[in-house]
Amino acid sequence: MRGRRGDGPVVLDVIGLDGLLTALRTDGYRVIGPTVRDDAIVLEEIDSVDRLPAGWGVDARPGHYRLRRRADAAMFAHSAGAHSWKQFLHPPRQRLFTEDGAGYQPADDDYPRLAFFGVHGCDLAAIARLRTVLGGTAAFARRADGLFVVAVACTEPGDVCFCASAGTGPAPGTGYDVTLTELAGPDDHWFLAEAGSDAGTRALAAVPSRRAATAAETEQAHTAVVDAATRMGRRLPPGDLRDLLHDSRESPRWDDVAQRCLTCGNCTMVCPTCFCTSTEDVTDLTGARAERAERWASCFELDFSFLHGGSVRRSSASRYRQWMTHKLATWHDQFGSSGCVGCGRCIAWCPVGIDITAEAAALAREHAGDA
Amino acid sequence: MLPVAYRVVERAAQTRDSATLRLQPDRAPLRRGRPGQFYMLYARGIGEVPISISGIEDDGSLAFTIRDVGAVSRSLHSTRLGALVGVRGPFGIGWDTSSVIGHDLVIVAGGLGLAPLRPLVLELLGRRGDFGVITVIVGARGPSEFLFRDELAAWAAGGDLRVELTVDQPAADWGGPVGFVTDPLARLVLDPATTTAFLCGPEPMMRFCADLLLRDGLPAARVQLSLERNMQCGVGVCGHCQLGPLLVCRDGPVVTYATAGDLVGVREL
Amino acid sequence: MLDDLGALPLFAGLDDAQRRVIGTVALDVHFAAGRRMLVDGQETRAWWLIRSGSVALDTTVPGRGVVTVQTLGAGDVLGWSWFVPAQRWRFGAVTLEPVRALELDGARLRAVCDADPSLGYRLTQGLLEAAVHGLHSTRARLLDLYAQPPDGRRAP
Repeated sequence: MRGRRGDGPVVLDVIGLDGLLTALRTDGYRVIGPTVRDDAIVLEEIDSVDRLPAGWGVDARPGHYRLRRRADAAMFAHSAGAHSWKQFLHPPRQRLFTEDGAGYQPADDDYPRLAFFGVHGCDLAAIARLRTVLGGTAAFARRADGLFVVAVACTEPGDVCFCASAGTGPAPGTGYDVTLTELAGPDDHWFLAEAGSDAGTRALAAVPSRRAATAAETEQAHTAVVDAATRMGRRLPPGDLRDLLHDSRESPRWDDVAQRCLTCGNCTMVCPTCFCTSTEDVTDLTGARAERAERWASCFELDFSFLHGGSVRRSSASRYRQWMTHKLATWHDQFGSSGCVGCGRCIAWCPVGIDITAEAAALAREHAGDA
Repeated sequence: MLPVAYRVVERAAQTRDSATLRLQPDRAPLRRGRPGQFYMLYARGIGEVPISISGIEDDGSLAFTIRDVGAVSRSLHSTRLGALVGVRGPFGIGWDTSSVIGHDLVIVAGGLGLAPLRPLVLELLGRRGDFGVITVIVGARGPSEFLFRDELAAWAAGGDLRVELTVDQPAADWGGPVGFVTDPLARLVLDPATTTAFLCGPEPMMRFCADLLLRDGLPAARVQLSLERNMQCGVGVCGHCQLGPLLVCRDGPVVTYATAGDLVGVREL
Repeated sequence: MLDDLGALPLFAGLDDAQRRVIGTVALDVHFAAGRRMLVDGQETRAWWLIRSGSVALDTTVPGRGVVTVQTLGAGDVLGWSWFVPAQRWRFGAVTLEPVRALELDGARLRAVCDADPSLGYRLTQGLLEAAVHGLHSTRARLLDLYAQPPDGRRAP
């Protein structure tokens, strides 16, 4: 991945990485990155690379997520955490306005400048998906427009990852300011860093310990990423998924999934592109002050589709069909791309281990059998 | 998007559970909607619901016909004269009257479906010479459930429209037609090449009417219907109003049967 | 009358010769408004294809009086029970406005169909299509689509 601007790839060591992080903080950014808490890797504000989960990997499988100790000190060799970057751009709850007899006031919120530190390719694509859907709303635009993104290429796909077949990784696509490739071995630990914007070039230039990468180092880093694409644990079936899901509307497979799906909505909460919200309208006890907020909603909620005395989608089969069809198919009709970025979170965090790639493959087999 | 304050300047009870409110902007008006579009109406502290325009006046006031079916609509339905309501909009795609010049028009309204069709009929009457025969079929549960009864009588007497009323359940004092809206629809003699239909009412009603019209040779693209789904934002970002590939607030509520035909009959879509 | 019959959807599947045969058991008739055409429980004799005007199908319900179940108009068949010999009418019928109709003699039409099964089959197809439309219409009314949601299912 060649930097579009500036001086070409540079090499940072761990101290250099901290220098980059510090430069961002000095510049007024609140830096958000992965860190270990409560036996998981979560995303929080961090103030140094010491907070990064060095040496921690994950064992992510359908319905299963555990941390495990790595033999090296890699900081970004993990995936499928319950947090995604969407909570910072599209918060789980946000106030919209208040009304107190003197008219409607938009909710005052502070919109700090955020720097995302360690965005994998799948998650970078997810941010772009959210931008397409929500970019027209004022609150999202204010949060997303000043964003600084440090992306990270993956060299070690997790078991539930399928970014390659989703077209979003393992190398990050467009939309980063700096991209890193981490090479962590028993004897050394370094990062290939490339700028993707003027802001990224400036940020790297502010790291004193950086040095230009040699051709061999660049080659080594790029090769590691290319190789990762061939080691994905899972993949979406090939072919046009939009057509497949459309043709599968009456498939018996939905009843099959419904036997397993609890409609708990975990998948929608951990999914980095799920964006649905519901509005809440309240007043204080005297009724003098009214307020509206929006909160994350899930199409698995029983009354998500409430209409005329009942929900349109009552059965769990219809609600699972809605979620999967929207994610892989009708998102194309509505927003011009797939809604799935192949991060695998829904697979790991489903309490019963439903695997969207396996469900898609089952539908594809059934469809091929008919044809 | 913030609601804008509108004041209730007129309230006309329509049936036992519905009323038409005429609203005027308290200060700055919103953009004037077109027939078939909707606004989000906010009952302070209770909630917001999508309501189609049922009247667009020259003075900038907007009329909405509200049926009491839940907490928000109950509040709006019983709003007193002079009270304020929060309004956002207009949203959505309205009835397409641009491509039907010279056509015979068939308008079928079922129950509350007459409300979004009323501004369409008024617009057509304002340009009566542009169209051929206009037939308005109105179905209601019973004789006391018709909306805009006086106006329907005036339309029938006016000579510019053919108006056919029909009830699902007769009452002792009703000497008029009894039967589902598909009965008078089936009796129409149509030239499918030059007829366009506008349907609004419960989804099964629109489906049955559309199927009949298609059987009579109307192309699906010339049957327009108004869809309804749970809506919370009106601008395509909350996700609630999806019907397959459509975001009803953004791609509708008015769509043609060519778009909606294979969606409206699907179980739990 | 032949051209007339050809224009009616019910007879659209018949050829000219078959329509001529139908013509021998059919009559153009007129009824003033308020005229009872069918009496509930009476033996069937003639049935009608309404050309214009409207007719109310009704039945008597103790306590509710005479209830109109459906109204029929141009193009509608009035009376299905003639199809089976020795049937009686279910429901009555009274004209709401002046009615012009084609009246067909049930017994003679049954004989004609027995003699020419092909005519009988095509006529039956037309009648079945009309009956199915009526059935769908009735089912749609059973859905009670314009009703209020029941109390426990109001919107939040």
